[in-house]
This record gives sequence, structure tokens and C-alpha cells, in this order.
Amino acid sequence: MSRPAKTLPAKGRQAQEERLRSVWANPQGWRYWTTVNNTQIGLWYASASFAFMLFAGVLALLVRLQLAAPQNDLLSADFFNQAFTLHGTVMMFLFAVPVFEAVAIFLLPPMLGARELPFPRLGAFGFWSFFLGGIFVCGSIFFDAAPSSGWFMYPPLATDKEMSGIGADIWLLGLSFIEVASIAAAVELIVGIMKCRAPGMRINLMPLFAWYLLIVAGMILFAFPPLIAGDILFEMQRMFNWPFFDAERGGDPLLWQHLFWIFGHPEVYIIFLPAIALMAMIVPTFSQRPIVGYSWIVLAAVGTGFLSFGLWVHHMFTTGLPQISLAFFSAASEAVAIPTGVQIFVFIATMLAGRVIISTPMLFGIGGLATFIIGGLTGVMVALAPFDWQAHDTYFVVAHLHYVLIGGMLFPVTAGIYYYYPLVNARHLSDRLGTIAFWLMFVGFNVAFFPMHLSGLRGMPRRVFTYPANVGWDMLNLLSTVGAFIFASGILVVVFDVLRPKHRQPRAKINPWNAGTLEWISEPEENWGVRSIPLIESRYPLWDQKNLARNVNGGRFYLADAEEGRREGLVTSVLDAKPQQVLRVGGTSYVTIVSAFALGAVFIALTFHWWIVAAASGITSFCAILWWLWTGTAEIPEKLAKDVGLGLTLPLYASGPASVGWWAMFITMVGDATAFASLVFSYFFYWTIHRDFTAGIAGPGIHWPLAAALLFVCAWIATLAARQLNKQGREAGVRVVLVGACALTVAASAAGFAGPWLYGMDPTRHVYPATVWILVLWVLAHAAVGAVMHIYCLARSFAGRLTREHDIDIHNVVLYWHFMAVTAAITFAVVGLFPGVR
Amino acid sequence: MRVLPKQVDTLWTLFTAPVVWALHFLTCYIGAAIYCAKPDLFGVGFDAVRVGIAVATFLALGAISVSAWLAWRQWGFGTDDPPHDDPTRRDRILFQGFATLLLSGLSFVAVIYVALPALFVMECVR
Repeated sequence: MSRPAKTLPAKGRQAQEERLRSVWANPQGWRYWTTVNNTQIGLWYASASFAFMLFAGVLALLVRLQLAAPQNDLLSADFFNQAFTLHGTVMMFLFAVPVFEAVAIFLLPPMLGARELPFPRLGAFGFWSFFLGGIFVCGSIFFDAAPSSGWFMYPPLATDKEMSGIGADIWLLGLSFIEVASIAAAVELIVGIMKCRAPGMRINLMPLFAWYLLIVAGMILFAFPPLIAGDILFEMQRMFNWPFFDAERGGDPLLWQHLFWIFGHPEVYIIFLPAIALMAMIVPTFSQRPIVGYSWIVLAAVGTGFLSFGLWVHHMFTTGLPQISLAFFSAASEAVAIPTGVQIFVFIATMLAGRVIISTPMLFGIGGLATFIIGGLTGVMVALAPFDWQAHDTYFVVAHLHYVLIGGMLFPVTAGIYYYYPLVNARHLSDRLGTIAFWLMFVGFNVAFFPMHLSGLRGMPRRVFTYPANVGWDMLNLLSTVGAFIFASGILVVVFDVLRPKHRQPRAKINPWNAGTLEWISEPEENWGVRSIPLIESRYPLWDQKNLARNVNGGRFYLADAEEGRREGLVTSVLDAKPQQVLRVGGTSYVTIVSAFALGAVFIALTFHWWIVAAASGITSFCAILWWLWTGTAEIPEKLAKDVGLGLTLPLYASGPASVGWWAMFITMVGDATAFASLVFSYFFYWTIHRDFTAGIAGPGIHWPLAAALLFVCAWIATLAARQLNKQGREAGVRVVLVGACALTVAASAAGFAGPWLYGMDPTRHVYPATVWILVLWVLAHAAVGAVMHIYCLARSFAGRLTREHDIDIHNVVLYWHFMAVTAAITFAVVGLFPGVR
Repeated sequence: MRVLPKQVDTLWTLFTAPVVWALHFLTCYIGAAIYCAKPDLFGVGFDAVRVGIAVATFLALGAISVSAWLAWRQWGFGTDDPPHDDPTRRDRILFQGFATLLLSGLSFVAVIYVALPALFVMECVR
């Protein structure tokens, strides 16, 4: 089976190509913007995040201009606050994380030999959410309404409405919306990497980029939800005066710091790992040999992914936590240097073992690594609590984080631009301009940021809008400003190089660097990803598999045709990539844009407290998403199976754990469960800080919560029964049980609500009722979704789309209900029983 | 009855040792944090916390050692050298074994790192 098929006669091949091309074609005219193809979405995503980066860069230059001289009055204190807050926020949330999602969406399908990621519409939805949220957050500064409390929004400053204005709401709601996009990307990438690799691409042959991205997407699932939970608490305080962070009513600002940094520290690695993943693709190419220590890179990626969750308190060393706690985090912070170092040694070993070709991507890559190592070493310094007590909140930290992020992310990403540009445009970027840009950036960066170590050690605090003369900071700050402008000029050269017209330039050949990985097979002019889906037998198939490009492009492998006019790809097994199913993915559609914009309108309307607009937009987005699900998912194919070529026939329909939709639901719910766990953590956090965490306020009692828990478990059992009956083909039974399950859900919700309601718990009075309410509301919101799912399945059953053979929906709903039942049981056990047993 | 499980064919075994590290880390951190916040709750001294951390550490190191041994077995006890890049099920399994073994090593060291403070810190100083 490993041999490619014989080539078709030219005429037949041409007909195939034309069918395939038209299936994957983008719509014309203004409808172009409704495309969902990964190539376009990836490029838009990357362009948008770069535009946001340039905007945030201009803000940084303003900040530097203000600080160039002591007692400067170029910017007002308030505008300065807005500028540095937005600079940090945009760089982190609108550039560093999204640009990796962009690169992944663009690169992964060709790299894995897939036509598309499994949920292209979800990818498009994520992009439009990000784009809208980004414009909203960035635009605020033009109305003097940008967030101004620093990119990590510490209460009590950021919860004080007079001090922080509407900017804090824009930050909270705008970014929550963007976090939705990140989680959507994580779902898409995990399922894509696990289930959509080309046949034969076993996990020991997977490109390292995919390994890194798999880990990073997993990290997103555990890192972003705590921030979403924190955002919810924060916004409830700002909007409805629930006192989560108000010390006078039992709240504690430190909880925000915990939730923020449980997100914030892994985020550093979420940013760093994909950039280093690009290096893991570039270094072997320019050493012209396979990477030395593939397994060691996997060790480093997985190890960093885990250890990075044990570091968050090192941002909180000065908050008065017990020293033993600080020491745990200090130790873990030192330990993470091990896997980080392993990667750098692997790159050095690969370069030593091969013959290095000096090129622009390597220049940026090596410069970036050198910079990153300096940042890593100062990181080891600040990971030591006693040193951090001196350096905390000074410019030393500013220098450290920029060395890490610019060295570990911006330089490698620029290397990636120079490396992958021929895949985008079939043209090369200029090596001359690239070299000039590199030296401007490298020198400018060091001139700008190295002196900050010294100004920090001399006691200059971060975030001051001006400073007195003659305290030893003047010269260092002037130097930093000059360096910043040199650095910016380097970036401008890159921007010019990317944007300058290149139609007179000769077309670059396919695979111009003689790389070994599969993405270099794809032709920039074509939208289909790969002409036919190959069989993979090597980590570097283009080096090791003879005539692979010719055979793939000659349509001699799988799915070379699109007879039914559908966008199709293969689903393969997780470990050995054995073909399992033909997956038909969604094509061009308005529904993604409508859903994203309607959901965005909800968040924007909430910022300004336009309740009616928010409700109307909420209903619109709810309907749009239902429409999307109804028309675009769990489609029943016209036949059971299909011949995919090379004598292989695969089913067109799969449900349960065999289907990609089930995996997507599972991954989404893992993220959801993490957010829930963060809320439960908050409940117990308040228990630890108070002698009596209820402050003598009556709780929700025992009976109502236990009744709710019991009813939710019954609803779960009924949902299970519906799946079982469906399996037996008892249609009427399924419908009756679904109605029952829905009714039980409503009853359970009412019982859950009754506890805190009947005991008169006022969430604005003290943090205890507020935490009980927030947990109960979390369950009720999920129950509402669960009930909608029951009704949806009922409707599908009546429409003949949920049958014994075609049961994707009920499987996914049952999976949701597993999580729902656990969430409800934990919530009601905690709020009902814990006050009694503590 | 088998003491050690049969070889299982799944991606998840790769993550065993780091998960043990995470559980150990959380146990130490949460245990110490609760003790330092509510010292009267347990009616024991800080030394008991240190002993608790020691016990948790030995359990974690034991679990990681088991994971490492299973990985070593999956790697064929080192009979083949990396890179394990043949397109065969066998090389895929060897790769998994080797990567799991490496991760067990890292997790082992990281658990010791996290436990070290208990040797030096004698009380809940704030």
C-alpha cells in the first residue's frame, strides 16, 4: 500500500485538478471575506496581529520619548498610563499569542499533509472574534478611554471606577472575547495534530513544530480558563458590586493575582514554545541534516509545558506569602531552566553535526537565541526570592521580560517570516534588507534594553511617567530611547521588505531552501493544501522519500479528486496515523462572521451597560450558532463509504470517540472544567484567609443544594438512557426520555437557585454569598446549555437527523453531560456541605 | 497477579511522570499554604508539615521510578539507540519509551527541587 498509484492520463488528471481547485477556491469579490480556508485565515490572522504589534510599538516609542529626559511633559501622566498599559496588553494578547495561532493555522495542514484543519469554520470564527476584539481594545485609546492600570490590572486600583474609568471594562470584556478565540484555536490545533495527520505519519515521525504546538494548545486549555474565571469575578465586581477583591467586605485583591498569574506565567511559555518550534524547523534545514535529539526536544516541550504551571507565584514574591510557598515556586522556576536549556543545546548540536548555511533566517534565529539566553539568565536571578525583593517592580524586570520575549519570540518569528515567505508568495524576501534589519534590530534592542538592567538596579521603578534629574537615571534612559528608535527602524525595514511589490522578482522555486519537511511541497498558488494526501515514511520526507513531490502533485496518493464537490480530508489514528475516515469539512460561509460579530457585540454592549443591545446581540449570536450547528455539523453523507484511492475505502461518518467532533467537545470541556476549578479554588481561598469565611451569614442550607445535585444526576442518567435507547433504535423512547431529561434539568436548576435565594443571600454584602452565587450561576448557565442540547437532539430526532446509525449529536451531548454532572455535584456538595463540616 | 501492568499502547503514558510532578507540587504547595493560613486546624507543628512533604516526595519519586521502569521496558531496555525514526510500529513504541524515560528523569529532578525547601525552611515566615 505504500507505493503511489500509476499516473492517470493527462486529460483525466486535468479534470481531477479542476474539480479539486474549484472545490477549494475562494469566493470572488467582497464575498472573499467569507472564506474559511486555512491559508487565508492564517494570513489574515498574521497580518492583523502584526498590525496590532506595530500599533503597540508606536505606543512604546511614545513611552520612550516621554522617558528620554527627566521631568519631561510630552505626555500627560494619564496618557502615559494608557500607553504603557495598552502596549503590554496588545503585545501579549493581540500579537504574541495570536501570531502563533496564525502561523499554526497557516502551516500545520501542509506540514501534516492535511488539506485543512478539522474545523475551518471555527478557525474563521476565532479570527473574526480576535479581529473585532482587537480593534475594540486598541481603538479605546483614541477616545481617551484605554485601560490604564497596567497589563495585569491589579485591584484595588483596577476595581476602583474613579481611578480606572471604563478602560478596565474594555480590557476585561475585550480580552475575554479574544480568549474565546484562543480556546477555539486550541481545540482546532489539538484535534488537527492528533487526528488529521497524513497516513503513516506516526508520532515518532511528526514534525517537531507539531509536537510543540500540541503541547502549547494543551497549555492554553489549562492557562486561559483561570483568567476567564478571574475576568468573570472582576467584571461582577465592577458591574454589580460583588466584593470579590474588596477587602472591606471579605474579598482579597491577592486572589486576582493568583488567577492572573496562573494564566500569565504559562502564557510566557505559550508564546515562547511556538517560536522555538519555528527554530526547530529552521535549524535542521540550514544545517542540512535531521535534528540531533528529536526525543530530547519532545522532552523539553512536554517538560516545559508542565513545569511552567508551577511558576506563577514568582510574580508575587513581594506579596507576603509564607516563605515556604515562595521557596516551592522559586525551586520550580529554577527547574524550568533545565528543559529550556536542553532545547538550546539540541540546536547547537544540530548545527555542529551539520554544515551550517549562513542565511537571514539563521541570523535572526541565532541572534534571538543569544538574546533569549541573557533574558533566561536574568530570569534565574529574579527567580531567587531575595534578589527579586530588590528588583521587583523596577526596570530590571522590564529589561528581563523584554530580553525573554523579544529574544525568545520576536526574533525567531522574524526568522520564520524570512524562512516561510516563499510559501506565502512564491518570492524571496531580500537578504540585503534582512541583514540590515537584523543588525538594526539587534543593536537597537541591546542599546534600548541593556541599560534598563542598570536603571532598575539603581532603583528606577517601572511605570513612572517621569523622574527627577540627577539621580543617575538620565543618561541610561536617553540611551534606551535612542536604542528603541534604532530597533523600530529595523522593524520598519522588515515591514518594507514584506510589503514592497515583488511582481518583477523571479518566482522562487518550490522548496527553495531544500528543506526536508512536508509543508514545502505545497504550491503557493493553490488553495487545496496538498494535491493528494501522501503516505509518510520519514521525519524529513522530502529528503528521504524519492519523488515524493512529483507523486503528490501528480495526484498519485489519497483523495486526489473531489468527485462529490466536497472539501475532504483524512482522519487517522493518534499513534500510528492509520487512515480511519474521510472527513468532510465546512466550506465558505457567512455564519462564522455573523456569529463572531454578534458575540462581539454582546461583549461591547456589556462594556457600556447597554443591556438591551447586549440581550439582542446575545439572541442573535445564539441563533447564528444554532443555525451553524444545524446546517454545518453532523451531516449525514449520501453514502456510507468512499474509495479514497490506492485501493482504500473509508467510512464517511463516525460518531463517539472515533469522531473529531467528540474530541473537540472533550477538549472544550477540559478547558471549561479548568475555569470551574478556578472558581472552586476561589471559594476555598476565601476560606483560608478568614477565621470564619461565612462572616456569620446564612448559607444556602443543605437541602436545596443536595436536591439540586440529585436532580442533576438524574438528568445526566436520563441523557445516558437517551443514548442507550437510540442505540437500540427506539425512536419514541429517545424522544420521551429527552423531554424528561430537559424537565429534570429545569427542576434541578430551580432547586439550585432556591438555596441561596430563599436564604436571602445578598451577593453585594460580603464575599461569601458572592462566591456561593457565582458557583451556582456557573452551574445554572451550564444547565441552560445542557437543556438546549436536549431540545436540539429532540429536534434532530424529529428531523430524521438523529437516528440509530447517525448519532454524533447524542454522543457529544452525553459527553457534555458527563462534565455537567461532575460540575453540579461538586458545586452543590461544596456550597451545601462545606460550611457544616469545616 | 501482575505487580507491574502490561504495556499499554496510548499517548497518555508519556505524561505520567510530569503529572506526578504536578500532583506532588500541588500537594506541597496547598498543604503548606493551608497550614500556614490556619495553623490551629490540624493541631500539629510545622515539623509535621515537613514530614508530610517528605512522605509526599518519597511517594512521588517512587511513582516516577515505576513510570521510568515501564518506560525503560517500553524502550526495550536500551537495546536500540535513538533516533527511532523508522516508519514502523516498533520504532514508534521505542520512541515513546525513550521520550517517557527522559521525562521521568526530568520529573524526578524537578520533584527533588520542589522538596528541597522543606529541608531548610523551619516555619511559616511571612
